[in-house]
Amino acid sequence: MTANGAQAPAVRPPAIELKNIDKRFGPVHANRAISLSVPAGTIHGIVGENGAGKSTLMSILYGYYQADSGEIWVDGKLTKIDDPGDAIAAGIGMVHQHFMLVDTFTVLENVVLGVEGGLLLRAGMDKARKELKRLEREYKLEVDIDAVVGDLSVGLRQRIEILKALFRGANVLILDEPTGVLTPAEADHLFRILRVLKQEGKTAILITHKLREVMAATDNVSVMRRGEIVGSVRTADTSPPQLAEMMVGRKVLLRVERRPAKPGRTVLEVDGLAVIDGHGVERVKGVSFQVRAGEVVGIAGVAGNGQSELIETIAGMRAPSGGRILLNDREISSPKSHLSPRDLRGLRLAHIPEDRLRMGLIAPFAAHDSAILGQQGRDVYNRNLMLNQGAIVTSCADNMQRYDVRPSDPKLASINFSGGNQQKIVLAREIEVDPEMLLVGQPTRGVDIGAIEFIHRRVLELRDAGKAILLVSVELDEIMGLADRILVMNEGRVVGELKSEDADENKLGLLMAGISSKAA
Amino acid sequence: MSDWLLLILTMIDATVRVATPLVLAALAGLFSERSGIVDVGLEGKMLGAAFAAAAVAYVTGSPWLGLVAAIAAATALAMVHGLACITFNGNQVVSGMALNILMAGLAPTLAFAWFSQGGQTPLLGPGRRFEPIALPFADAFAQIPVLGEIYGRITGHNILVYAAAVSVPLVAWVIYRTRFGLRLRAVGENPSAVDTAGIFVGALRYRALLCNGLLCGLAGAYLSTAHGAGFVRDMTAGKGYLALAALIFGKWKPLPTLLACLLFAFTDALQARLQGVSLPVLGQVPVQAIQALPYLLTVLLLAGFVGRAMAPRAIGIPYVKER
Repeated sequence: MTANGAQAPAVRPPAIELKNIDKRFGPVHANRAISLSVPAGTIHGIVGENGAGKSTLMSILYGYYQADSGEIWVDGKLTKIDDPGDAIAAGIGMVHQHFMLVDTFTVLENVVLGVEGGLLLRAGMDKARKELKRLEREYKLEVDIDAVVGDLSVGLRQRIEILKALFRGANVLILDEPTGVLTPAEADHLFRILRVLKQEGKTAILITHKLREVMAATDNVSVMRRGEIVGSVRTADTSPPQLAEMMVGRKVLLRVERRPAKPGRTVLEVDGLAVIDGHGVERVKGVSFQVRAGEVVGIAGVAGNGQSELIETIAGMRAPSGGRILLNDREISSPKSHLSPRDLRGLRLAHIPEDRLRMGLIAPFAAHDSAILGQQGRDVYNRNLMLNQGAIVTSCADNMQRYDVRPSDPKLASINFSGGNQQKIVLAREIEVDPEMLLVGQPTRGVDIGAIEFIHRRVLELRDAGKAILLVSVELDEIMGLADRILVMNEGRVVGELKSEDADENKLGLLMAGISSKAA
Repeated sequence: MSDWLLLILTMIDATVRVATPLVLAALAGLFSERSGIVDVGLEGKMLGAAFAAAAVAYVTGSPWLGLVAAIAAATALAMVHGLACITFNGNQVVSGMALNILMAGLAPTLAFAWFSQGGQTPLLGPGRRFEPIALPFADAFAQIPVLGEIYGRITGHNILVYAAAVSVPLVAWVIYRTRFGLRLRAVGENPSAVDTAGIFVGALRYRALLCNGLLCGLAGAYLSTAHGAGFVRDMTAGKGYLALAALIFGKWKPLPTLLACLLFAFTDALQARLQGVSLPVLGQVPVQAIQALPYLLTVLLLAGFVGRAMAPRAIGIPYVKER
């Protein structure tokens, strides 16, 4: 029984082990007998479509909900987690998708909330200040701890959430869709932080639906579908198409096949367009381009470089401050006068707006009502002075079938559909009236990969049917997959035009950053 | 010269008397609203407390027992508000208004049933009210000319006036320097942040309402057993709403709220002073117009001068965990 200096190689038990976790919300079976093992000191990805039960599972692990049955083992010990306090005590920290921060508080106040270290604040705050300084240094999480959170950028706020978890002694960090609100550069920074955490022996669970991030940042990945884990694999042994297939349950084309375009006559012509926004800032500065029948023109750029204002002006929602817009050689917009969205609809211009919930549909409206917005005057929807409810519901149900909207219930409120299904409702409304010119803004933002494939197919079908399509997207994959010609916007100007066959992420990225490519 | 001093001092005196219940009630509202619960029920809670204080003080002969009863009554009403708003996620304005309407009817009815004096409590004689108390050295100071006059105004108020004066720094200390205060401010801004930090939102808000009941009780007891001598129907006369206005004007912060209360009280003292006085240019102004002054000021201040009232962000929204 002498003390032995040599240490046996410590085999760490899994940081987290879930056994047969089951959870129902009324009729919805959110988690079905889920078993999952997360080895200590790894980054574990959990992917799945919206509504697959990822967030529910993690909320159970963090004590936000209680499982109906099943066990949670932390570091090899059976642990009862009834509320977030238990989870914190067990060394589990969570970075929520919507940050759990008090905007009017300083960083320091936010961090100590709940672990103030005594009835009076002062002593605990002084100690917390020192501890935070240490954590910042150790994990390279620089942030001004006396700044008011409301003044900080999204990326910094996320850093505070991570600091909060570490300050509470978290060994396991759960990140719920952490990159949804981040710019690509901020996302890269986050992944660097995660790697530092991993080097220090911490464990991270990354919930996401972006396959690229899973491939870039994780060691292992588990795929969820309809409340079940359908597979757990080492990231190195898998590929995006394989993961996508597991997520959706069938083969998914991450890039839809595209035949060469056969452009015809010019449908839309934008000539020297300038737009000043409500704050008096010139957002679009002399943009000119044309869109021809049978082609998709893509506008790429980092969000906020004038694309939104451009597409809204073409759609008749804003007045230009300079230049003009022609549709089939007819002037539809100039600083002097511009046609309204309604007039433009009459000229067969359709618009799928960037922000579904703000402009595309009305959240509390039943799907069948959202499905006729802007078209409520059409004869088919009216009978004498009244709306023809029967026809409206029937037409909506019909479209839901053909666009595979789930659940296919026209009476359900618009907000209760997932992002992809909401987008399909808008898509059906806009393209079923057979437009000649289609404006599409961020068609797949917050949309599942299964629905993305569907939407992309539809857009290309319309192109092949001879429609002119203008696509605005911040997703480079989407632009490169759909557009025949790509215009890059930076600070309100078109800084480059590329044929799709010449475009790659590198070239586009440089243009988007405003670095003009003097390509050899 | 000494006439002017006297005038100023009497005005201050009147201001303090009117401000006391406003300050107590506004601070009560501060606890509730900072925790995220709208408190339009201040009026009803004060009225209930005023009645309880007067009734118990009369029956037992002790204003202190009356004070205990007032606090108990106001706290009970605050808990009813809590039950409706915290436990059952009801509409906070509706619940608060219900308290006001309930107490406007219930207090005189009980008074009528128990004392048969037309909805009032019997007049409280000496010993059954809070009497003025002399601060130390009052006699000594009284000998000094000007300073004596001033100290003469500081001393000689009843205990509840001093309680109101002390409560302002005390509440500020609790809100800004204690753990409870930090959590209270957080739960009114973002209850989800508090929940995920492992703190129970509901329990925290109930505790805020306990503080609310305590201060409302003090305010009500002041009206019926210190300032007045018995409960009279509708004796709060909108002071609860005025206190709420002061709280908003004070941007939900203790010190600015105190200043707002003093301003409202001063206009009230001014209007009492101006009644029947012939003004230089305007001549004799109708009494009603002068009486409307404090309320007019309230409307003007709230409409124009507050700027963007930065209410606690989560105020009025029941906390329900999102699915």
